[in-house]
Amino acid sequence: MTRKTIKVDVLARVEGEGGLRLVIDGNTLREAELKIFEPPRFFEAFLRGRNYTEVPDITARICGICPVAYQMSAVHAMEDALGITVSHPIRELRRLLYCGEWVESHVLHMYMLHAPDFLGYEGAVEMAKDYPDIVQTGLRIKKAGNAILKLLGGREIHPINVRVGGFYRVPTKRELAPLREELQRALEMSLNAVRLIAGFEFPDCTRDYEMVSLGKAGEYPFNAGRVVSSKGVDITPQEYDAHFEEYHVEHSNALHSRRVGAGSYLTGPIARYSLNSALLSPLAKQAAREAGLEATCNNPFRSIVVRAVEVIFAFEEALRVIDAYEPPDRPFEDVALRAGTGYACTEAPRGMLYHRYSIAEDGAILDAKIVPPTSQNLPSIEDDLRTFAPAWLQQDTNRLRHLCEQTIRNHDPCISCSVHFLKLDIVRV
Amino acid sequence: MAKAPGKPKLAVWKFASCDGCQLSLLDCEDELLAVAGAVEIAYFPEATRGVLKGPYDVSLVEGSVTTPHDLERLKDVRRQSRSLITIGACATAGGIQALRNFKDVKEFTNIVYAHPEYISTLEKSTPIGAHVEVDYELRGCPINKHQLLEVLTAYLHGRKPNIPSHSVCMECKLRGTVCVLVRGAAACLGPVTHAGCGAICPAYNRGCYGCFGPKETPNPQSLSPRLADRGLDERALQRVYRTFNATAEAFQKESERHDA
Repeated sequence: MTRKTIKVDVLARVEGEGGLRLVIDGNTLREAELKIFEPPRFFEAFLRGRNYTEVPDITARICGICPVAYQMSAVHAMEDALGITVSHPIRELRRLLYCGEWVESHVLHMYMLHAPDFLGYEGAVEMAKDYPDIVQTGLRIKKAGNAILKLLGGREIHPINVRVGGFYRVPTKRELAPLREELQRALEMSLNAVRLIAGFEFPDCTRDYEMVSLGKAGEYPFNAGRVVSSKGVDITPQEYDAHFEEYHVEHSNALHSRRVGAGSYLTGPIARYSLNSALLSPLAKQAAREAGLEATCNNPFRSIVVRAVEVIFAFEEALRVIDAYEPPDRPFEDVALRAGTGYACTEAPRGMLYHRYSIAEDGAILDAKIVPPTSQNLPSIEDDLRTFAPAWLQQDTNRLRHLCEQTIRNHDPCISCSVHFLKLDIVRV
Repeated sequence: MAKAPGKPKLAVWKFASCDGCQLSLLDCEDELLAVAGAVEIAYFPEATRGVLKGPYDVSLVEGSVTTPHDLERLKDVRRQSRSLITIGACATAGGIQALRNFKDVKEFTNIVYAHPEYISTLEKSTPIGAHVEVDYELRGCPINKHQLLEVLTAYLHGRKPNIPSHSVCMECKLRGTVCVLVRGAAACLGPVTHAGCGAICPAYNRGCYGCFGPKETPNPQSLSPRLADRGLDERALQRVYRTFNATAEAFQKESERHDA
């Protein structure tokens, strides 16, 4: 029997640097490894000794595509440690900011990174030659998400307005109002987009994932809720460490995660959708139905449809927040320093993002733990390859390689995120 | 893929970074297709699987050098590039990951990973310019996308980019923002920080935190006492200069003056 190794040295159209290695022995797939060689940046190490107020801006730099997620998990964890409850308008503005990031990140992935797989192009720029309308529509929808980030956050990448307890400055009703028209237009474009995307051809690949996301929040989740799974997990973020663990594998500069006593699990759009679809806004629900989605989705190739539905939700939710907005009395809650440990999970575009910080009495960070969605998903992505790829082994090498790349891109892995965090244990002799 | 005749070839390279600066190019929603029409996007793995062989007319380089492998890769990028432009604080000043550079080497020998033998990393995070010749450095964490378009346009037309090197203070004046330092609202690095962001932070009622790095001929030594007046102790003063451009010379020197 011939032994063949298929390599993709640099995975394209993912955020960050990873590669793929498959070892095929005759008709059997021996190994499937997602190699993560993105260099480690040691965030958890250099956060030690920083002041708690600096953490949202520092952790934002873990990821240029989803900085808001890092800011949100950071401020919620600090507020948990310090016993701060934010006012209703602050809570609403945080949801609005997250809407902007979901749109920007999802649309980037759907149109620029993922759609070319379904339409048979190397990338969006090549695709734009034949489908200029699709690419232009994507760019316009994405711009509307970025408009939220720019207005409320100050800029699109690494927004500057988020702080523990609230915002540095909150917008007036009048300042938010002009967003309305742009968001409404983008919502209409997004409804058409779902129809287009639902018409793509999806391989018939499903898997019995353990889906994990925030849930039981009485709302489609961003910043609040319990950590729930399709196989019975139902805990608070404070209990995360007892149920999920990280481990180090040789082929990855990103730690992997598993549920203690269970194994790989999946976080991200299809998990969030499957555990919360009843809580979507009206047009998003309708669009999901028209796109042929059931109440749950376990075909990762259809994640692009779920993202398209979540974009509609994000626009409807953003419009709801803007319409109901009354500015808070003060932009942020005051902080009374105390020593403690705080925990938070929020829903980054790619899935659940866990932060834990211990703070000293003077506000210095003693210890930090950050578990990004992509590192939680890496074992599931490899399981997808092991499950789906054997059926493709007879295809020619280029086709096989492309299908495997697509299997990885289904989960929109953010490798920059997942490798921020090699943990350092400092032992002083 | 064949090279279209006459179009300059653009490559985008990533080293240790968050991807935010190269995302700035994809965030040019109104201009991206025009850019793609003016150049041949020859290497840009975040955006396309398509790869054209070098040499490249313009290379945009994001990220800092933190592994032995990346150092070799960078030298190869330089060899293949007619013009090499660094984009952002990581590529220009080592980035947030350069905070490791201040750790005591002896302390590092006592650091234990889960499996340290799996990891290959250099002791320091260094900017691109520490290793190869750089034709232009664009500042910011993240860069400003309009400045990126300006630099690209300038290089495509063989002229000098029009990127002001004055301080954030000038941008506050242009924007009509009342000085947060003078009115006592916040500690602000604006007087020593390179312009380019549009002075966003003061407009949002907070002080500049220096994400564009030092301006031309800054004087942080005279700013620090003003920040101390705002309640920053020595440790806080040191941290203020040690963020996203911690190893940029002027910020590094000033932070070392506050070694508490």
